[in-house]
Parts: sequence; C-alpha cells; structure tokens
Amino acid sequence: MDAFTLISRAQGSYVRSIDDGPIEDWPEHFTDDTFYKVTTADNHRRGLPAGVIWANNKAMLKDRISALKEANIYEPHSYRHLLGQPAILEESEDGATSETSFLVVRITGSGPTDVFASGRYLDEHVFVDGKALLKKRVVVCDSTRTDTLLVLPL
Amino acid sequence: MSEATTTMAAREWPQALSKVPYWVFQDADVYRAEQQNIFHGPFWSYLCLEAELGEPGDYCATFIGEQPVLVTRDFDGEIYAFENRCAHRGSLIAMDHYGHAKDFTCVYHAWTYNLQGDLTGVAFEEGINGKGGMGSDFCKKAHSPRRLRLANVHGLIFGSLDNDVPDIEDYLGQEILDRIERVLGGRKPVVLGRFTQNLPNNWKLYIENVKDSYHASILHLFFTTFGLNKLNQKGGIVVSESGAHHVSWSAINREAESGEHYKDQKIRSDSEYQLEDPSLVDSFSEVGDDITLQILSVYPGFVLQQIQNSIAVRQVLPTGVDTTDLHWTYLGFEEDTEEQQLVRMKQSNLVGPAGYVSMEDGAIGGFVQRGIAGASGEFATVQMGGQEAVSSESRVTEASIRGFWKVYREAMGFSIEESK
Repeated sequence: MDAFTLISRAQGSYVRSIDDGPIEDWPEHFTDDTFYKVTTADNHRRGLPAGVIWANNKAMLKDRISALKEANIYEPHSYRHLLGQPAILEESEDGATSETSFLVVRITGSGPTDVFASGRYLDEHVFVDGKALLKKRVVVCDSTRTDTLLVLPL
Repeated sequence: MSEATTTMAAREWPQALSKVPYWVFQDADVYRAEQQNIFHGPFWSYLCLEAELGEPGDYCATFIGEQPVLVTRDFDGEIYAFENRCAHRGSLIAMDHYGHAKDFTCVYHAWTYNLQGDLTGVAFEEGINGKGGMGSDFCKKAHSPRRLRLANVHGLIFGSLDNDVPDIEDYLGQEILDRIERVLGGRKPVVLGRFTQNLPNNWKLYIENVKDSYHASILHLFFTTFGLNKLNQKGGIVVSESGAHHVSWSAINREAESGEHYKDQKIRSDSEYQLEDPSLVDSFSEVGDDITLQILSVYPGFVLQQIQNSIAVRQVLPTGVDTTDLHWTYLGFEEDTEEQQLVRMKQSNLVGPAGYVSMEDGAIGGFVQRGIAGASGEFATVQMGGQEAVSSESRVTEASIRGFWKVYREAMGFSIEESK
C-alpha cells in the first residue's frame, strides 16, 4: 500500500479507538519509543516545549488511559473526531511525515455537542508489517484555550 | 464610599466565617461590585513574570479582573504598566498577549503612546491647512492612560489600580514572602509553556478550591494512589495574618506511607493501579529541602505552585458571573540540567487542563455552580478545623478558605450579621 493509504487507514483506526473505543487500543497506534504531545499553536510558534499532555514513550500513553479509567474524576463525555486528508510531506519505504487537520466536538452526557478543539497533527510514521505506526505526533491546537478539562486524548 | 460599596451594605453576611452564602457566586450586582471593590481596590494582582519582559519593548497585555492592562519594559530597563485603553475613544491599545513594540499606536485614530504609557502623538492634532484639529486647550499630558502601581517579588510582577494599596512587603507578610523566595529566590525562570483553561464557574469557587487542602487527596485520586500527597504526610497550612494569602505544603515522610488513615475513611489510597512508566514521579529536590508540594496563593487571584518538580504560576481572571479564565504558565529555570528539564516535561502531565492532579479542579467548580442553582438563600459550610482563619499543622482544615472570606466580605462592604 502507498503511504497515503497506510496513513489514512491508521488514522481512521486511531480516531475510532478514541471516539467509539475500546480506548485501550489508542496507544497501539504508536511505537514503543514514540513521542506524543498536545500543545497550542502559540506555544508551538514560540518554541515552548511543554504540553498539556507530554509523553516520550508508549508506556506513558497507556498510563494516560489507565488514569482516565481508574483515577481521574470527570463528567462522562465523548468526542467525535473529523480529520482532513493527510498531507504527505516526505515519504520512503519505511515511513513518512505528514500533517492532518482535525476538528473535535465533545458531547457531554447526552448533550450538548460543543466544538472542543481544532488544529493539526504533525506526524512521523513508521511502516511496520503493512501498518503505519506513530513514531511522533505533536497535536497543535489552534486555540490556547481548553474548556473545563482535557482527559480523553486528541 | 463608592456606589458599589453602598449597595453592597444592604446585603447581610453571616457573622461566622464558616458560613458562605451561595448568592455570592450567583448575583450580577455582586460581580460588578467586585470589579470596583476588589480588582480596582487596594489589592495586588499578578500581571506577568519579569522574565517574560526580557528586552526593552517587550510587553504583555493582561487583565486585573476585567480591566485590560499593558505591562511593558522600556528602554531605560524599567517595567511600567498602564490601562490598556486609548485615552481618545476607549479602544484597546495593544491586543497580543505577549508582543514586542517600540511604541503603541491605537488603530482607530492613530493616537500614539510610548512604552511608559505617555500619550505622545495625536493624528492631525493641528488639523490640516490650519483647519480642524484639537483646540488650543488640549494638553496631551492630561490624557495619558492611568498608570498602575507596580511591585516585583522575586520576578513576579504585581500591579494595583489603587494608589492606597499597602507596600507589597506589608501586604504579603514575611511568611508568604519567605515561601515565594523559597521557590523563586535567586533563580531565573524560563517559560516552558502557557495554557488557558476556561472554567464554567464563578472565580471564587476556583480560589476556594486552591485554598482547600482538605480536598486535594480525596478528589484527586491520582495523588493518593502514588503517595504524592496524603493528609498524613508532614505538612501544614500557613494563613497570612490578614487571612488573605495562604500556603499549603507537605514534605517527604516515609513513616506515613502505610495509608492506614485512608483505609479507615474508606477512601481509596492504594490499589492494584500502577504506572507502566513510574519515572513520571521521579523527582529531584527542588531547592535542596524535603518539601515536595507547596501551593501558595496571593489575594485575590494568584497561585504559585510547586508540585514535585512542576513549577507553575496561575492567574485567575473572572470573565463573567459563572465563567473564569485560568492562565497557567509552566516554568523551569536557566540553571536546569538536561535531566531536570526532562523531569519537568514529564511532570507537566500532573498539572494544567489535562493534569493528573488538577483536571478535576476544572470541573468541580462547575458542579458546585450547577448544584447551588435554586439555593441562593442557602450557605456553604467551611467548618473543618474550627471557625478561625489561622495557620495550622494539619491540612485537614478549611482555615485558609475562611481567611479568603474574611478579607473578601470586608472589602465588599457587606453588613455583618449581629451575633446571636
């Protein structure tokens, strides 16, 4: 499969794991030595390194999931991700870099449906056994604001 | 006495510091009076870090309550602050949260201000061809935006819109000054990131939450699960003399790690839950002592936080009766080693809008705001640890919350109910 197809398939599966579950599948879209960060366009532009979520391996992503299931307290809610087509910036036999825009709406309880976040994924993929895995994903949210809290990943 | 104060005198507040009427989180006239009596009153509000204004021309557009203010560094190296409102027709003078400029020109009619906030230019002041223009009685000097009083406490810039505000040293008191110095003294902070959290509640519900050492290990189960903060750890509460400011702290205490007290209260304190990457909570001694947690608040809306090696300042800005902006600035220091930087990055997961031990605080205020709808005649009870607003060795107390209300009710000019 070509890079576009591999990445598109992986992203479809990625958002499904968050929006429809099982959420435990979400970390499986990353390599063991992955880097994942959620930040803002303002921080990204200024080169400020911190994130609201910051992980430098897959174990930390698994911990995010066990924390949101076992420890953290919040009002039940779900997301619906809408992704743009990935723009492939570089590609080789073994991997690719891409950017993909996203819009996430949040449904709290049985409603309302609120626009929660928009932005872009800055990604490095590796292709392993016919699948694209994220070696790096920086989630750059357009706004500096987060409404109430962020517990489910983007 | 201002008009707002006179109106508020018609409202009655309970004598006991342990009773808080719910209308104080709900009523629009109270919110409006706060803008005058608290945010324009004789108090110090946090504006920004000195480190964020590194070069002449750097500025920060922020707020005291709803009042927009501009904080600048001029070419003389000094920091200035003034109201961010053109003296002409009231437009914002600058809009970027953080920016750089040689001077400011209002976009509406090109009135110009220098970095100290002096009005230096008025477009077409002399008119054109001797016609139009300002009258001869117009004096630019009389039309500069109001300047703030400023104070710099170990690199934290505070401002006040009231010239009668006490000196910052007297305002904070020695204990609070010492605790700020403990974290920031002699160190040059570096901004690691800035995040804003919109809270669905009145600003005072967030302040109560910050000052509430009782909830920390109960609501935030992540804390207790990993032994980061238990109420049976060595620690305490400092309430400043006036009641206005507070510090809650705890230190490593290996004897108290058994968790028996929590089992007695049927609150989960340990479980089969373990981190796959426990390096998240690997810490270094922040300043060479055993203190791993220090939450410090300065009245009305500032927080300096050390949670392990996660250092941050929080600025609490009301935006409406039931909406609040919480601005987080995550910090490191110039002398941090690479390993220490990595620890700070990992521990940034503990705090902020997605923080393992702070995300609940973004929601709990909204739960209260919704819970008290229809109960404006009822009262919250803050009686843990008695009725006083004094320091305590136990963190099972609501003393610092009572301290906040003690200062607040006086500043607002409510009538205090006669004791029965």
